[in-house]
Amino acid sequence: MKIRTALFALAGTLLAASAMARDVTLLNASYDPTRELYKAVNSAFAAQWKAQHGDTVTIRMSHGGSGKQARAVVDGLPADVVTLALAYDIDAVADHGLLDKNWQQRLLENSSPYTSTIVFLVRKGNPKCIRDWSDLIKPGVQVITPNPKTSGGARWNFLAAWGYALRQSGGDETKAKAFVKTLFEHVPVLDTGARGATNTFAQRGIGDVLLAWENEALLATHEPDGDKFEIVVPSISILAEPPVAVVDKNVDAHGSREVAEAYLKFLYSPQAQEIEARNFYRPRSAEVAARYAAQFPKVNTFTLADEFGSWRQTQAKFFAEGGVFDQIGPGN
Amino acid sequence: MRRRILPGFGISLGYALAYLGLIVLLPLAALAWKASGVGLHGLLHLLESPRTLAALKLSFGGAFLAALINVFIGLLVAWALVRYRFPGRRWFDALIDLPFALPTAVAGIALTALYAPNGWLGRWLVPLGIQVAYAPLGVLLAMVFVGFPFVVRTLQPVLQSLERDVEEAAESLGATRRQTFLRVILPMLVPTLLTGFALALARAVGEYGSVIFIAGNIPMRSEIAPLLIVQKLEEFDYAGAAALGVVMLAFSFILLLLIALLQRWSRRWAERAA
Repeated sequence: MKIRTALFALAGTLLAASAMARDVTLLNASYDPTRELYKAVNSAFAAQWKAQHGDTVTIRMSHGGSGKQARAVVDGLPADVVTLALAYDIDAVADHGLLDKNWQQRLLENSSPYTSTIVFLVRKGNPKCIRDWSDLIKPGVQVITPNPKTSGGARWNFLAAWGYALRQSGGDETKAKAFVKTLFEHVPVLDTGARGATNTFAQRGIGDVLLAWENEALLATHEPDGDKFEIVVPSISILAEPPVAVVDKNVDAHGSREVAEAYLKFLYSPQAQEIEARNFYRPRSAEVAARYAAQFPKVNTFTLADEFGSWRQTQAKFFAEGGVFDQIGPGN
Repeated sequence: MRRRILPGFGISLGYALAYLGLIVLLPLAALAWKASGVGLHGLLHLLESPRTLAALKLSFGGAFLAALINVFIGLLVAWALVRYRFPGRRWFDALIDLPFALPTAVAGIALTALYAPNGWLGRWLVPLGIQVAYAPLGVLLAMVFVGFPFVVRTLQPVLQSLERDVEEAAESLGATRRQTFLRVILPMLVPTLLTGFALALARAVGEYGSVIFIAGNIPMRSEIAPLLIVQKLEEFDYAGAAALGVVMLAFSFILLLLIALLQRWSRRWAERAA
């Protein structure tokens, strides 16, 4: 009898203690180039949460190709939040019932707290005089891009080129198709992911132009040997919006919804926007953007919604089996 | 029921079957089940695509060639290691296993760094018109690399157990060195060479990690079949990916079956010769 009372007392104290300072762990499934970004964001958020609530938040990261991460979550990776390269991958997670299909309306700005765009990285001095998309299909120019079938970043590359070609031809899709077909004939190596393509261009010395996320290109030029490269901004590019979302089913199972939602909201806060800008992502906040104006060149962009509609439609038309990308490829 | 002399037959067979079922058959059954989603029509459609065919040709053709190269080089290396004593032999012997232990991605990156146009070897080869990295030749090279230890390690014990007196007998009966090798030693080695060949082939067919870095992955030219599977997964086309997996599995099964038959035949042939 005595022992039982003691046990009850012990359990009671433990419960009380855990209610006072809970240790919360979040798992964020993200894509490849965000390693440095989320390392900085996570420690800032943990410090803020501790100051406001007294709880310790530990955020574990999982990085990989965007599509691969989405599949991992579908197959049971217990991620509380997903922060991926494109909305289609989160759509796929939603299709498997892990979160609400209208997830993209739940947060501001299409659920993309930061943006990026597609730029050209060329070798020092720009020996092939690359100024715009049309220069990429000049004879003797080799272009490096990952495969749109396996890389989220490469899909943005493809759509940026398509948008340019469509504007040039006054909306003629046949001509746009011919342009991207020629463009991909100038690609000697199709890596499976964005980091791989950057390595092929930077370490192996293959190609004259790398089509890259602006954040990756800026990172490359800020590396110790970054003076070997220059960034060229084309006349027009796409506004890439990498989205974030809470995975409903997982946070409800872990009881971590409150923290997870606060974590994603934090990405929009002035403090986090500053961190994002420092890591070469374009902040949504005009105020922070103004402070980093020197870092981000002025780019004319169109959005996915302007030009193509939703990611579902875009995926079906361009990148699904038998889509535009398959039609322009050899062997089809 | 007759009592077996060796105890433990029931329990060891039970364990063997359970393990085999759990580790091999269950995943394969799941694969087949997923693949059944595309149906026979989908499977035929898959095989009609020139791109799929080109990738299968590269994967199986490359693996076949790589295994063939490995049989020759592997025999040479195993022979040298077993028959001769030279300084650094143990060290050299340990080196053979390296392709087993090295993460394949590391191997792929190292090979690419060597053979890329700005690499140590590539900068001499590319001006001669020999492109290894980002070309089908690079795929072959990676496949040779990963398959190499299989041939050496299967041959070594057999070479060690070869009786020297058989060779001495051949020589005292007036056989030339060439005849001794071709008609006495080689027939004894053929079944083992075939085993090594089959292992190297199987390893190369499924190889993804190292090949992907060096291949260049251009459709119809240097795109391997496992990459097509990954692409299908990327489109969330699980059934299509599984179907391609089943096709590869079927091809591999037929190949391994043929090799096993060849092995049986060669063993009989060797016995008859002896």
